[in-house]
Amino acid sequence: MKQPNSTPTTDLMLRETASQTAGPYVHIGLALSIAGLPPRKEEIWNRMATSEADGQLIEVVGTVIDGNGDLVRDTFIEAWQADANGEYQCDYDLERPFNSFGRTATTVESGGEWSLTTVKPGIVKAANGKPMAPHINLAVFARGINMQLNTRMYFEDEAEVNVACPIFNAVESEARRRTLLARREEGEGGKVRYRFDIRLRGEGETVFFDF
Amino acid sequence: MPLNKGKRFVERDRTWHPVAYTPGYKTAVARSPSQALVSLQAPTVSELSGPDFQHLRMGPHDNDLLLNYREGNGQDGLPVGERIIMFGRVTDQFGKPVPHTLVEMWQANAGGRYRHKKDQYLAPLDPNFGGVGRCLTDEEGWYRFRTVKPGPYPWPNGINTWRPAHIHVSVMGPSISTRLVTQMYFEGDPLIPICPIVRTLNDPEAVQTMVGRLDMAHSRPMDCLAYRFDIVTRGELQTYFENV
Ligand SMILES: [Fe+3]
Repeated sequence: MKQPNSTPTTDLMLRETASQTAGPYVHIGLALSIAGLPPRKEEIWNRMATSEADGQLIEVVGTVIDGNGDLVRDTFIEAWQADANGEYQCDYDLERPFNSFGRTATTVESGGEWSLTTVKPGIVKAANGKPMAPHINLAVFARGINMQLNTRMYFEDEAEVNVACPIFNAVESEARRRTLLARREEGEGGKVRYRFDIRLRGEGETVFFDF
Repeated sequence: MPLNKGKRFVERDRTWHPVAYTPGYKTAVARSPSQALVSLQAPTVSELSGPDFQHLRMGPHDNDLLLNYREGNGQDGLPVGERIIMFGRVTDQFGKPVPHTLVEMWQANAGGRYRHKKDQYLAPLDPNFGGVGRCLTDEEGWYRFRTVKPGPYPWPNGINTWRPAHIHVSVMGPSISTRLVTQMYFEGDPLIPICPIVRTLNDPEAVQTMVGRLDMAHSRPMDCLAYRFDIVTRGELQTYFENV
């Protein structure tokens, strides 16, 4: 049997470097095409899956809305999700048909809409072995956001597994759980598209997680 | 950075970091959640895993801002400004190096102007400066960039609000739980204590974690000064007991 960890006391530990807003020009560093900078050899962007990837190819789109109900047109968003078999693919490699990690942004030019091309994730097991419903972990960064806001996007058309998901149900309020559901829409050329609007504050405010 | 199975991270101290609602930084008011964050009592593989960028193909000068803009743009000059090396070590809260992790940075030029469609500040763009860099930390957690010191710039918050000179820094760490975006300020800058964004932090010691220090020993004679900026990401607990 393993020895127990000694519990670290705060004063013996280094403090984490403090967070600061990513600011209005985050795109220069993390989304070069949005800033108008030439691309480097390889960029991390919003095409997480190609048609070669296992599973159902989908498009995920959405907006980000502030406490006044206005579109936020300068966000930067990161996505992290399992593949169609419920496995996270940690090695980011653009030569592979699927990557678990992606980045996107909302801009004036895009009408305030972000988008990802990916596959619908599979069911992932939580630590207690319980199945977690398909979900995409999203982190929102922007001017005015002091530390990224973490949420999870679930799929409205997975009602049966959603109700059994331990994380979805960690949100006590039913009304608030609904803020985590993406709606299915008809995409271009018959492609399946899901829409997930993120409300930062106020009515219909999206659930954000601490972990 | 694998799936981090069986790992946990030290809880993020949300009173150390800036809270969401900070009215002194006006844009935060409409962009801060009013509801409490929902705490995940038992983080899952979704939070404990994260991307590993060792297969991301980078260019030879991705961490050299003195050279990396001119290549794609047919320029052959060097940027204006104080030449500096910005370097440091990424460790976790227990002092353990964070190897092979992606460190990205972006900044204004020496005049305080960003190369971004949306930046309208009257200071000129520098034809030889883009303002973006990235690299992976080495085995021991070290990273390094070569650049110019950015200038302070005004921004619309109060009537006469200026950002201290700063470099935006993004670090991934071993999982999405350790993801951190911050800014490095320069030791001794009198604009630091009056900046509304710096003042989103309550603890002056937390501000000190964001200050790069002049390091003469790593400066290059007749070439450039060095600033050291160590980054601490959340501590990784190696083992834990399952709840049975
Ligand atoms: Fe800035």
